[in-house]
Amino acid sequence: MMTPLPRRRFSARTQAALAVERLAAEASRRLGRGSGEMIGGKLALRIAPDALAEVGSNRLTACVSATNGKTTTTRLLARALGTLGPVKSNSGGANMAPGVLAALSKPPYDAAAALEVDEIWLPKVARAIEPRVVLLLNISRDQLDRSNETRRIAALWRELGADLRDTVVVANVDDPLVAWSAMTWSRQIWVSAGQNWTADAMVCPQCARLLHRNATGWWCECGLARPEPIVSVAGLGELMWFGRRIPAHIDLPGRVNLANAAMAAAAAREFGVDVEDALAAMRGIGDVQGRYQEVPLGPDGKLARLLLAKNPAGWVEMMELLNSAPPRPVLIDFNSQTADGRDPSWIWDVPFERLAGRQVLVTGGRKEDMSVRLAYAEVPHTVHADAEDAATAANDKALDVVANYTAFRDLLVRTTR
Amino acid sequence: MSRESATRIALIYPELLGTYGDGGNAIVLAQRLRWRGLRAEIVEVPAGEVVPADCDIYLLGGGEDEPQVLAADGMRRNRSLTRAVSGGAAVLAVCAGYQVIGASFPAGNGRVHEGVHLVDMETRRSFDPPDVPPPPRAVGDIVVEPDQRLGLPTLYGYENHGGRTRPLPGSRGIPLGTVRLGVGDGTPARTDGIVDGKVIGTYLHGPVLAQNPALADLLLTWVHGRLAPLDAPVEADMLRRARARALAGG
Repeated sequence: MMTPLPRRRFSARTQAALAVERLAAEASRRLGRGSGEMIGGKLALRIAPDALAEVGSNRLTACVSATNGKTTTTRLLARALGTLGPVKSNSGGANMAPGVLAALSKPPYDAAAALEVDEIWLPKVARAIEPRVVLLLNISRDQLDRSNETRRIAALWRELGADLRDTVVVANVDDPLVAWSAMTWSRQIWVSAGQNWTADAMVCPQCARLLHRNATGWWCECGLARPEPIVSVAGLGELMWFGRRIPAHIDLPGRVNLANAAMAAAAAREFGVDVEDALAAMRGIGDVQGRYQEVPLGPDGKLARLLLAKNPAGWVEMMELLNSAPPRPVLIDFNSQTADGRDPSWIWDVPFERLAGRQVLVTGGRKEDMSVRLAYAEVPHTVHADAEDAATAANDKALDVVANYTAFRDLLVRTTR
Repeated sequence: MSRESATRIALIYPELLGTYGDGGNAIVLAQRLRWRGLRAEIVEVPAGEVVPADCDIYLLGGGEDEPQVLAADGMRRNRSLTRAVSGGAAVLAVCAGYQVIGASFPAGNGRVHEGVHLVDMETRRSFDPPDVPPPPRAVGDIVVEPDQRLGLPTLYGYENHGGRTRPLPGSRGIPLGTVRLGVGDGTPARTDGIVDGKVIGTYLHGPVLAQNPALADLLLTWVHGRLAPLDAPVEADMLRRARARALAGG
């Protein structure tokens, strides 16, 4: 049975909104239309626009925003905060205001929360719930057809920081857009999380001059420069942590996920979680929303590791991850539906030449575009009607599948049903 | 005519004008030469540096408002691009690059910024009277039927821009083609782009040459003379057929 809402805390309007949220979400789940977070939250916010502030403020919350790594970092943070007590999280990936409301609107209402928030939605959500900590990881080109200029996102975050006087920001110093956006906040925890993709951070966000760079930093003639980090990834399996070197191992692969873990641990520290406890809690996460999971694929049950890459920065990270293990066949499943961005031009920003030497298979709604890209990169490949057919053609029992957003979603539904 | 030296393909200010995979055009041009047994060299010109005057083909891509202004100022400061064009070099300028090579374009702050004057075109948010709201951003697939004189097949691409572009009175050049799907220049003539001598400007953005190898070969022929036919890559034909199918209803 439902726990009764604590009547003293919420306005009648918000109570009604939360009741509707639960009914709608439950109905949507029963009808098999996903986790129901979106529809329930949307209805609730229409009934009570202030519901997010009422439900989310005055509790221990952290918001995670970025172009890449939001879902994983939120998951890691939720694990770390879980060492203190119950934690709410929009673990289904619904990361706009309705999804955040859905995560917060289940009792207990004093539970901590680790919340993934869309880059554009962050100002609205954070102004409503006034989180204790905000994590800002990176900003890069994504969904080109939406023309969310990268600098505009940084400027929105910068304004937000000036308004939230009691919020600490955990920010990546290696991304100039992020560092600039974090400088207005009342307190910063600077983390060196790395930046594999620099093409969107060539121009100073403050004065539009070209940034200078060397191996350790970036700076501009106007005075803007990389802040000195207090936490950094020192190597695979090591962090520099407030002046000491500590071992750090998690089960998710790649340097990028260790950087995500460092950001999450730095945020958890603000809630009183020791770094050792935080990292220990993060171990045991082997997949996030199906990412990094190995599933049987195709009629002969090939073992497919599912990987998500939905923009150039994500692909560059994925190349690093792929090339850190013995080469396996790689299947690229590439769509350009609305949720992917309709414009596939960005694949020409990805150094696909680095796939040379392994078997490459291609499928998806824009498989022909990917095929032309690979042809010009002189990467031999075959084109297939669907992922199952491609898996059959793989010349190994195990393969890596790199899919973008809708391709990944559809593949996950088909392979884990 | 054949050459001993490599054909030099300049990618101008890729940090400023490279938002939409525009570097792909350099890859396509270079590979189409190499696959014919010819030498090609991609010369990246970082922003802030002088554009070399001795390249054969110059490529300008898309970018956001502030980088676009920086790029225009950089190219106007040293006149080497203008000199190279007078000397017979070819230019492909797409999206923001197309706006930059004209006489003027809108800067982000609502002001009009001076362009590089390679072509007699001007770009504004709108050419309507001030009391008419500016048109929405043009975002989506675009199909252009090229001017017959160019001898090119249908052009497929993607556009994403907030500008409207028109020729100045008495301008030289011809439109690249007529828009069949999408917006292009956004003028009543339903045209897209400009071809003036060996300079091409178009709103088909990013790696436009990937979907349109004949356009790539036109540019190469301009600087290289006659080229052997090239059927590669076969994937390009598959892609063109797929786009034709996908956009047939549009």
